[in-house]
Amino acid sequence: MLKVDSIEKGIVLDHIKAGKSMQVYEYLHLDDLDCTVAIMRRAKSTKYGTKDIIKIADRIDVDLDVLGYLDPDITVNIIEDGRTVEKKKLELPEKIVNVARCKNPRCITSTEQEIDHIFRLVDRKNRVYRCIYCDQKAGK
Amino acid sequence: MKHLIDPTDLTLAEIDDILSLAEDIIKNKEAYAHVADGKKIATLFYEPSTRTRLSFEAAMLELGGSVLGFSTADSSSTAKGESVADTARTVAKYADVIAMRHPKEGAPLVAAMNVDIPVINAGDGGHLHPTQTLTDLLTIREETGRLSDLTIGFCGDLKFGRTVHSLIKQLSRYENIRFILISPTELRIPDYIKDEVLEASGADYIEVERMEEVMPELDILYMTRVQRERFFNEADYIRLKDSYILDPEKLLNAKESLKILHPLPRVNEISVKVDADPRALYFKQAEYGKIVRKALIMKLLGLSL
Repeated sequence: MLKVDSIEKGIVLDHIKAGKSMQVYEYLHLDDLDCTVAIMRRAKSTKYGTKDIIKIADRIDVDLDVLGYLDPDITVNIIEDGRTVEKKKLELPEKIVNVARCKNPRCITSTEQEIDHIFRLVDRKNRVYRCIYCDQKAGK
Repeated sequence: MKHLIDPTDLTLAEIDDILSLAEDIIKNKEAYAHVADGKKIATLFYEPSTRTRLSFEAAMLELGGSVLGFSTADSSSTAKGESVADTARTVAKYADVIAMRHPKEGAPLVAAMNVDIPVINAGDGGHLHPTQTLTDLLTIREETGRLSDLTIGFCGDLKFGRTVHSLIKQLSRYENIRFILISPTELRIPDYIKDEVLEASGADYIEVERMEEVMPELDILYMTRVQRERFFNEADYIRLKDSYILDPEKLLNAKESLKILHPLPRVNEISVKVDADPRALYFKQAEYGKIVRKALIMKLLGLSL
């Protein structure tokens, strides 16, 4: 089995749905970081069968709204001195700004580039977000 | 209520307030002739619309106010590339209230987010048309005396018809409304309206393909236009088009108290032979449209007698 070392200080994003780690990586703009980032895909999980994990070897400000929007079941572990010192609970944010982009060609955001792309949560149970301008469903 | 962008922004109490004021305007038209003296409405119409623009302008004029604006994008600064936000900010220095129609969905919301004066969505693409919804509600309330305990048939293009979506959303907030959705399979109500509005509100609804079978049950028949270009093939269009044309024969087994509504413009979906029927209310509905806009302008500007 492939082994990835634990980190001394940083953040571990655990319980990412198998295969979704690259999406998390992109939405959080982790490619902009200078520190080490490890992406583990399809790791074994007793709870889910398989899962993805991202390990970031630095204490960065993770946008919890973005993560909550992508998947509120992701676990955020803060690591200090090789130990988990805090587990952050995610929630579905009521509103996301410039996280997802509206793909409706009839939406005003398609022609006026400077407008913020804002989506609001309309259905908590099914995790549905809609564009505040045109009601288009957000696609992940 | 600062703006009117989406009809669901209004509480039922706010809607009731607007409709009650409209009712008083009907009874005492002269009393309201100078209530908006010195006030101006800017009608910013980025695409043509005879009825909506003229009804806003007539409404303001009848309240004693005045009107400025444009009726096509060509005659505005948009032709020079100005953003909706900048146009709205500028116009807000000249007028007291804005009514905006725009082909892009959400444009009136962008305007509202950038100005301090009230903005009314006068139709944004195929998305929302709240003053049509208020018009429909006023028509139903004035003509039946209630906004609950009604069986309402929506007929025609239920897939793309924004007035239908908007009115269903609104009516699903009232008690004991039964929806009968009459359309060809190709033009059925979208799933999200079923899931997020009808199912979510627990409304009673059925979908049928022919209006004849449900006609005797209806208190209201809301007609819309079936457009040839919406069909996937010509054969389906030919097969179905006549079942969505209302004529005197189809009304034979309808209630005497039925009310026939249509947002207009009509093409051929209601035979002109129906016009003389006292149940045909679509032109009166257009008049209610002007009256409810008078009430709305008054509410948004904080005007009273």
